[in-house]
Amino acid sequence: MFSAMLGEAWHSMGANRLRTFLTMLGMVIGVGAVVLMMAIGQGAEQAVKKSIQSMGSNLFIVLAGPPNMGGARSATGNAPSLNVKDATAMEDLEGVSNVAPINMGSAQVIYAGNNWNTSIIGTTPSYLDVRSWNLSDGYVFSDSDIRSATRVALIGKTVVQNLFGDDDPIGKTIRIKDSPFIILGVLDNKGQSLDGRDQDDTIIIPLTTSQRRVFGAQFSGSVRQIIVQADSDKVMPMVEDSLNSLLRQRHRIREGMDNDFSVRNLTALANSAAETTKTMSLLLGAIASVSLLVGGIGIMNIMLVSVTERTREIGIRMAIGARERDILMQFLLEAIVISIVGCLIGIGIGVGGALLVSHLTAASIVISSQSILTAFIVAASVGVFFGFYPAQKAAQLNPIEALRFQ
Amino acid sequence: MPGHVIEVKNLYKDYQTAAGKFPVLKEVNLEIDAGDFVAIMGPSGSGKSTFMNILGCLDQPSSGEYMLNDQPVARLQGDRLAKVRNHTIGFVFQGFNLLARSSLLDNVALPLVYAGIDKTERHARARLLLEKVGLANHVNSHPNQISGGQQQRVAIARALINRPSLILADEPTGNLDSKTSEEIMTLFGELNREGITIVLVTHESDIAEHASRQVRFLDGRIVEDTRTSPIAVKGAPHV
Ligand SMILES: Nc1ncnc2c1ncn2[C@@H]1O[C@H](COP(=O)(O)OP(=O)(O)O)[C@@H](O)[C@H]1O
Ligand SMILES: [Mg+2]
Repeated sequence: MFSAMLGEAWHSMGANRLRTFLTMLGMVIGVGAVVLMMAIGQGAEQAVKKSIQSMGSNLFIVLAGPPNMGGARSATGNAPSLNVKDATAMEDLEGVSNVAPINMGSAQVIYAGNNWNTSIIGTTPSYLDVRSWNLSDGYVFSDSDIRSATRVALIGKTVVQNLFGDDDPIGKTIRIKDSPFIILGVLDNKGQSLDGRDQDDTIIIPLTTSQRRVFGAQFSGSVRQIIVQADSDKVMPMVEDSLNSLLRQRHRIREGMDNDFSVRNLTALANSAAETTKTMSLLLGAIASVSLLVGGIGIMNIMLVSVTERTREIGIRMAIGARERDILMQFLLEAIVISIVGCLIGIGIGVGGALLVSHLTAASIVISSQSILTAFIVAASVGVFFGFYPAQKAAQLNPIEALRFQ
Repeated sequence: MPGHVIEVKNLYKDYQTAAGKFPVLKEVNLEIDAGDFVAIMGPSGSGKSTFMNILGCLDQPSSGEYMLNDQPVARLQGDRLAKVRNHTIGFVFQGFNLLARSSLLDNVALPLVYAGIDKTERHARARLLLEKVGLANHVNSHPNQISGGQQQRVAIARALINRPSLILADEPTGNLDSKTSEEIMTLFGELNREGITIVLVTHESDIAEHASRQVRFLDGRIVEDTRTSPIAVKGAPHV
């Protein structure tokens, strides 16, 4: 009985192919859009999650310069407001587990005739702990390298690729701003940062060396940033307060005066970034769902036309013994079959589109079976929901009037 | 031995129109025995189709009794009515009313779909009936590929498929030429001799002569009821 009706639904879809196709198209586009958008949205979410993980946990970044200016941009003419001693003082604060002062900038790097412009980070060994960054090869410079400002470097994978190709960089000498540096270690892959930078395109050197050889700080011991890691999530507010009061005290900032530094909770920033991508991903899905809704309305529309056109057929069926629920099922099945077939095609197109997007752009894509299942269930429900009204209309026709219909 | 296939008592049917209540059937009484072959005649608009639709459980009377095989069916609703239409009655229309998109085989087998019978049996029985009405070679044809007379044969095969005790036909020859009409009436005669009760509506007296009994409607009432020959086969209905 059911299979006979399914066969008939298939049959009647085949009888009006163009119309069936057009009806389906709404569903195809809707489901395709949902699958594609979910793939892109979830891809973005995953990328953010990965960057956050690569960032390290429970981090503050203390920037030189007043908060409204943006510390990183503070002009060299101004007296830099942060220095290495600030960092040392922070180490003694309660709840602080690691402190890493940083100077950074970009510089031309040369090895055996190969040129590469990359970012240079001058810092202390604790930076690697803070960022939970390991070496894939070699070893990290030590505190004595910091004291004596040796010219040693740790280099990221992207730099290795561009300067050395397949050669082993350990022990080789590169030139940064005309000073020779010996490579001690190669950094592990870190991937993209939250703002989309390639974190592997970097070279890490001792802070003191960077001040003397690369960035040429006019005021000895000044740093651009200090990264502070708290013991745990719980002590973050406390650490933020004590960082502020410590620096105000050390910089002799009087009551009522503005800070000449800013403390930012990186973890909170990251979480809000994650929140934003999540919202964006939801929004994408919601917009795509509207097209699914439109597809559903399209199905209802065509089914209503179909019921009217086939009034006489319905009358005949009733006259030879079809019950109301037989007629209902017939039209409902037709709507569901159209939705599901449309949905399957849509899934194919959505997945194909997502693969194409990830192939053509750098955007990461996540095609989860969960999102496909969701699209499928939603599409089937749309079919039932929008197919029900026309089907019910058909089932409630009066057989005599239906038979008289021309 | 059941008494009557059809027993209609004091039947009224009104239509609600803009001008008010419009009576179409007035105090109709009729009994039809198993195996009878009845022709219903009367001028256009006299209520024949309305009466047939009530007999066929497609419509309900406004008041009065209708016993079908001793079961009261006048007040039945929905699924029960559908079941009666499916199992007890075979209806043949003036306009054939075949499904244009289905093959003749599927058309004939369709009532069995609603009776919940599986495909193999549906097709076997439909094939047998198409053979019986002389269309064994057209099983896979579609209604638009055959003549009107052939289409009516398919409709008759469909009416027969659920082994009904009663065939109702509203002007089955109304769309056919006189030669084809004769052939269809011969088929009805054969079915009747097999024991099936047949009630058909016709305008033409030479068609009505094929029946054993002629009932005449005028203005919603039965005005004449004559038997011209005895009931062909008494007893067991068609199996
Ligand atoms: N649905 C309806 N609404 C109002 N009047 C109707 C309806 N159906 C039939 N009639 C009227 O009932 C009368 C009998 O119709 P019908 O039974 O079709 O007659 P016949 O078949 O004998 O020609 C006609 O006058 C017709 O106009
Ligand atoms: Mg009529």
